[in-house]
Amino acid sequence: MAASSKLPIKLIKLLRNIGQRFTDRLWRLGAGVRLFALILISSGESFRRFRLVTREIYSTGVLSLIIILVSAFFVGMVLGLQGYQTLQTYGSSEAIGVLVALALLRELGPVITALLFAGRAGTAITAEIGLMKTTEQLSAMEMMAVSPIARVIAPRFWAGVIAMPILATLFSMVGILGGYLVAVPLIGVDEGAFWSQMQSAVDWRLDIVNGLIKSVVFGITCTMIALFEGYDAPPTAEGVSRATTRTVVTSSLTVLVLDFVMTSLMLKV
Amino acid sequence: MLHQGYHRISYAFEIVTFYIRIRLIKKTYQTTIKISMTQIATAHNIVEIDNLSFGYKGRMLHKGINMVFPRGKITAIMGGSGSGKTTLLRLIGGQIKPNGGEVRVDGQIVHQQTREGIFQLRRKMGMLFQHGALFTDLSVFDNVAFPMRELTDLPTSMIRDLVLMKLNAVGLRGAHQLKPTELSGGMARRVALARAIALDPDIIMYDEPFAGLDPISMGVILDLIRTLNTALGATSIIISHDVKEVFSFADYVYFVANGVVAAEGSPDDLRNSHLPFVHQFVHGDKDGPVPFHYAAKDYKTELLTIGAN
Repeated sequence: MAASSKLPIKLIKLLRNIGQRFTDRLWRLGAGVRLFALILISSGESFRRFRLVTREIYSTGVLSLIIILVSAFFVGMVLGLQGYQTLQTYGSSEAIGVLVALALLRELGPVITALLFAGRAGTAITAEIGLMKTTEQLSAMEMMAVSPIARVIAPRFWAGVIAMPILATLFSMVGILGGYLVAVPLIGVDEGAFWSQMQSAVDWRLDIVNGLIKSVVFGITCTMIALFEGYDAPPTAEGVSRATTRTVVTSSLTVLVLDFVMTSLMLKV
Repeated sequence: MLHQGYHRISYAFEIVTFYIRIRLIKKTYQTTIKISMTQIATAHNIVEIDNLSFGYKGRMLHKGINMVFPRGKITAIMGGSGSGKTTLLRLIGGQIKPNGGEVRVDGQIVHQQTREGIFQLRRKMGMLFQHGALFTDLSVFDNVAFPMRELTDLPTSMIRDLVLMKLNAVGLRGAHQLKPTELSGGMARRVALARAIALDPDIIMYDEPFAGLDPISMGVILDLIRTLNTALGATSIIISHDVKEVFSFADYVYFVANGVVAAEGSPDDLRNSHLPFVHQFVHGDKDGPVPFHYAAKDYKTELLTIGAN
């Protein structure tokens, strides 16, 4: 009798727990959408005083260049090696340029850039905003009749949105260079075949524009997640640390899911 | 017959219009009286808190608080930790909305203002945060210049002069190129004070201005608050725990406890007060209305309970 009466209580507790978690997630999603709307409304100042955005492009974009370019170079070289190995089996090793270029432009360029961006710039944004909140800098700004959304959040958002496609383009370019260095000087694939096959296979709209669209969407997503996590972080050391971790986890998963959704839409599968 | 009927109707109509006119005159008269009383009160008090209640997550922090802050005076709000003193400043600044009652700044009800209206009100306020809240990516100079650059169209040369004047007033003109991380706690508080008075506000709010300061820095801040209040003719609202310091310069003090104003008066009145809470707070008694022990089970019973944990 006692056991049977305990079971519904446990079940109720479990259901309540699930319901609580669900409503918390829903609340956070709503708060995120609200912040996004506020950023869009308050973006006028970012464009009137564009130096606020350029300063942030420097800290999110320029300072991320090293990690992005070095990663791109090695990813390109690995693609060259792996691609050559596979293509050689079918006797079409000259198509290595096509493989490297398409893989980078369509997928790896935007996706890996977004993942690296979330780890390098996203965490920096979250920690900075979270600490500004913890040390009451955002409150101080509000009390001075200066909107923190317009002055701090919106410039960082637009900086991320502008920086991401540029970084993804540079990633693809350096990646192709890495693939070239492995395929042509190292392995000995014909240089003319490498470039000409790549030129004829890569389509401007299907490959380059689609890759750019992906990187813009990833830019919006990663920057928005980083900003929201920082802005919503509890004003404690632990709160900021958890928010920073959440930025990386949420951004990475969202980028991968969005990549699948966009790829299937772009390929019309 | 018809003529008589017409006269009766017109007579009745005149009575009705006369009655309406009397009502209108009475209403206008009452409104005028009411408006003038409000204007008189507003002219005297720059901030008024009227029957304010505020709470969140089912806990009421304020349960009908009434306070007035006369122009040009130094008014202090004191009370134990967690009594909602800082929240009162946030309510005055319009950062949060009350559950009931109202806060009036310069005669305007804060929570009824639009966002633009609240920003207009905040331009009359300066606030010194507990730990300064200086922008860590900006230098001392840029921190003080921040409100001037953001809210005015003053030329660069004038901003430079004004910033140096404000920094000179707090004795830190020579530190204008330093970053906030290079400042001591007392210096950071002084820079924050210079920033709070950057636009010569009508109201200066101080949130725990003496917290964590050494006696020298405390003396400097104390002197600055007193001097700036006189020099700017501003109204000062101070949140603090430091009885001795606050009683030395405040014109009026409110004690907040259990969500209400537990006591109020001049420092002398409160020093001689026999109210148990005020006595405990002013003299720093260990036990009293604010108990030393957190609510717990009976000590002996708990010790003798086997395997309670």
